[in-house]
Amino acid sequence: MDYHSPASFAEASALAANATGTTRFLAGGTDVLVQLRSDLVTPNTLIDIKKINGVQDITRNADGSWTIGVAATGAEMSEHAELVRDWPGVVEAMDLIGSTQVQGRATLTGNLCNGSPAADSVPAMVAAGVTVTVTGPDGSREVAVEDIPTGPGRTALNKGELISAVNIPARGANGGDAYLRFIPRTEMDIAVVGVGVNLRLEGDTITEARVSLGAVAPTVLLVEDCAKAIIGSTLDEAALDALAAAASAACNPIDDKRGTIAFRTEVSGVLATRAAKIAYARAKGEQA
Amino acid sequence: MALDDRKSGFTFVGTRPNRPDGLDKVTGRAKFGADISAPGMLFGAVLRSPHAHARIVKIDASKAEAHKDVKAVVTRADFADVLFKPGLEGEFWNVLENVMAGEKALYDGHAVAAIAATSALAARDALKLIEVEYEVLPHVTDVDKAMATDAPVIREGAADYSVPEGMHPNVVRYHDSGHGDVEAGFAEADLVIEDSFVTEATHQGYIEPHACLAMLGNDGKGELWCTTQGHWIAQKTCAALLGIETSQLRVTASEIGGGFGGKTTVFIEPVALALSRKANRPVKLVMTRSEVFRATGPTSSASMDIKIGMKKDGTITAAQGVFRLQGGAFPGAPGDMTAMCAFAPYNLTNVKQIGYDVMANRPKQAAYRAPGAPMGAFAVESVIDELCKKLDLDPVDVRLKNAAHEGTKASYGPRYERIGLVETLVAAKAHPHYSAPLKPGQGRGISCGFWFNHGGETSVSLALSEDGSAQLMVGTPDIGGSRASMALMAAEVLGIPYENIRVTIADTATLGYNDVSHGSRVTYASGLATIKAAKHAVEKLSERAAAKWGIPVDAVKWEDGCAVPSGPNAGDFDPMPLADITADMGSTGGPISGHFEATPEGAGVSFGTHIVDAEVDPETGKTSVTRYTVIQDAGKAIHPTYVEGQYQGGAAQGIGWALNEEYIYGDDGRLQNSIFLDYRIPVASDLPMIDTVIVEVPNPGHPFGVRGVGETGIVPPLAAIANAVSHAAGVRMRQLPMSPPRILAALKDNG
Repeated sequence: MDYHSPASFAEASALAANATGTTRFLAGGTDVLVQLRSDLVTPNTLIDIKKINGVQDITRNADGSWTIGVAATGAEMSEHAELVRDWPGVVEAMDLIGSTQVQGRATLTGNLCNGSPAADSVPAMVAAGVTVTVTGPDGSREVAVEDIPTGPGRTALNKGELISAVNIPARGANGGDAYLRFIPRTEMDIAVVGVGVNLRLEGDTITEARVSLGAVAPTVLLVEDCAKAIIGSTLDEAALDALAAAASAACNPIDDKRGTIAFRTEVSGVLATRAAKIAYARAKGEQA
Repeated sequence: MALDDRKSGFTFVGTRPNRPDGLDKVTGRAKFGADISAPGMLFGAVLRSPHAHARIVKIDASKAEAHKDVKAVVTRADFADVLFKPGLEGEFWNVLENVMAGEKALYDGHAVAAIAATSALAARDALKLIEVEYEVLPHVTDVDKAMATDAPVIREGAADYSVPEGMHPNVVRYHDSGHGDVEAGFAEADLVIEDSFVTEATHQGYIEPHACLAMLGNDGKGELWCTTQGHWIAQKTCAALLGIETSQLRVTASEIGGGFGGKTTVFIEPVALALSRKANRPVKLVMTRSEVFRATGPTSSASMDIKIGMKKDGTITAAQGVFRLQGGAFPGAPGDMTAMCAFAPYNLTNVKQIGYDVMANRPKQAAYRAPGAPMGAFAVESVIDELCKKLDLDPVDVRLKNAAHEGTKASYGPRYERIGLVETLVAAKAHPHYSAPLKPGQGRGISCGFWFNHGGETSVSLALSEDGSAQLMVGTPDIGGSRASMALMAAEVLGIPYENIRVTIADTATLGYNDVSHGSRVTYASGLATIKAAKHAVEKLSERAAAKWGIPVDAVKWEDGCAVPSGPNAGDFDPMPLADITADMGSTGGPISGHFEATPEGAGVSFGTHIVDAEVDPETGKTSVTRYTVIQDAGKAIHPTYVEGQYQGGAAQGIGWALNEEYIYGDDGRLQNSIFLDYRIPVASDLPMIDTVIVEVPNPGHPFGVRGVGETGIVPPLAAIANAVSHAAGVRMRQLPMSPPRILAALKDNG
């Protein structure tokens, strides 16, 4: 196994472009090292991107948007009061991953690139309209988070490409987001269903919304019909019923050791309504 | 056994000092199974079958053997050519077949070969060089399907004499017991409920994986260090499997990171010894978590039919149960234990129980706290709860009305001596938990539970030092704070402080034979032996004092750590402290020690009653246990904190078993969830604070009244939680675990 620790994303990209066999980028390592130790994936080339300048930074830009470094950890996000105030749903989704020890290592970018349909931070990012900057041999491009995963364990990143930044939009006025997942325990588990909701109000009426579902299809879903169900409403009972129905209808899950098709379909509707209520309360400036 | 010198006033017993091994454990100084190494040590790894059932056509290890880092490869051919036949007499054969497959791989994870190499990584990688040709056979993992006519046969000829004619060869033992006339009893009932229940296999879930360091020379002399609940049984089994003399293998038990019954047999130890013998080097072997789940003993899965008749006043008129237990690809599922324990809490005129031991393509079941009893209690106590509900009776009152007591003929045969079930029920009724109001969406469940408890072969040795301190050697690995309990009991007899006694778990070369730490036997049997050994030392101390004073030995009594003259033939002397006698013992007759070896048989059966509150989310089927109270008879609590720990541990493991833990097999017969992420034991935040009440109804068979407490605590939880969940959800749950998808499906079916 070849281990590299490049000083720039361009160098990292060139190393990956020229590597043969299996290549893995190493940031927190909470998936890569676990797969290595359990003999699932032994990379031929391991490219450690933690040494690149600025990758641990969490930056609020002049326009109110956020740039999250690819090695910024869940613990650092949770302790960033301003980020928590702007995007509580994204931060709490990240904070749900693993244990306290894992939180000291795990990153948004790693969670996305692992390609799991059950990744907690991904529906929250999709709902929030987060994009990532992808650096490759031909320069950089910006890609919506929902366009990165293409199937379980697979991404749209080409050979030599890696994510070099996470871009969260400006929160703006009267907005709120939330993420909820279902697990059979109270912590330290993998989502059986995950729902991210992000919305904006004018008065009591929802004017913008994005709803994303995790663990109910081969990739995390951005569900337009869920957004349509609540836009223009005050999140009354009828809107919540329509939201639940749209969420359940969008599911394309599997029966596996973590849950059944019937269970995932039903619970995605339940969690969508619960997450929407929290996001709505947050948009109104209430504690939730 | 009769004991005429039972004690009731105590100085040290009943106090709560820190455990002697506590500092070592919290500072990392304690040595567990994997915390040891030896010069020239090799690392072992085991190749395991990916198939649930397959004939092993050929194993070609030549590429692995040729690898520069590989020093030995072993297969079944490297073990003793044991002549034991399959069946009841052949448990050694079963263990051998389990630790290394012979003609067939019998379950996903069954060991087929092993390697010793110069590093753990090299060993793991070299496993891939071993080529195994399999002929895949049809498999079965479900207990009911394994008994069906068309089920694949795991092994012909494994059934013993007890199995009735015409049963499938996978049914290997049969148990039938009871008394009275159940049909007549059902006819007297005002209400009869008949229902069926299913439980999935669960793993003991000890955090420390199996680990050992083995050295065996070609001279047949060996040393084994391993994490185990019983190093004498490890010694005996390993010696048999390797064809060496028992006494030539010295086995030392490491500190143990949990066992719960699962470390009462061997898995990797004989394999490491065989590798060591072949490589002529020490070999360390440590299981991964996945290997622990796939290849070490989970408990049995069960399928059960219960029929109980009750009068309007709550009197049970008849009870009948059929219990089918699947125990993996070997005989041993405790269908008999399930049957015998199921109705044991009740004083029944008419009772009948049948138990089946059924083989399937799963790992060999191992003991797990009160093996077999929790599933039976789940089924029986659920039906009793349903009868109480339908007849509008208080569930504690009904259990009190039918409770077994001293003199009751037990459902499994004998008459009970003094027992404490009624006392636990009275305490339950009086506990504030039982009358606390419930919130909407919550339900409360009650269950009783029973376990036999065990005595077993026991040896203890106690040696006094010149300075008046004492070293106590016991042979039962400390799985629950027993070193503290032993020191307290020795302190009580000797009259010296707890801190002045060092308790050691002696190795097999240092002490006589000891049975495994199982059957809730340690505080009872090793405790009894400790008391007897300490009394033996006190006799010698009294003799020395008598000689010093020049008075007859019967004129000396032992009080508060001193020899004291007593009686008409004693002179007037000041009390002589223990340390004054030991100070010059070398010149007054030699070292002073005490010993005791026996098989105590008065373990005293044990009962408990649990109260559980649960809340079910009607939209997701998720359960939270909101309040839990364990009430159990300890006979006499030697160290109350560790007794409470056993109660809480039983409840915690029961909550896992009831709600989320299960072995999940795919259609291919492979285990789907062999990691802690998907095999869901409770995390700390899943559990409520678990309240405990220690009831003390002294066991007439122990000098201080002790009853074992380790196992009974896991018997009531499955039923108590199921009853609470069923009340909260408004629908009877008949299958464990009550995972959210199962509860939500039941709620939907219920409309």
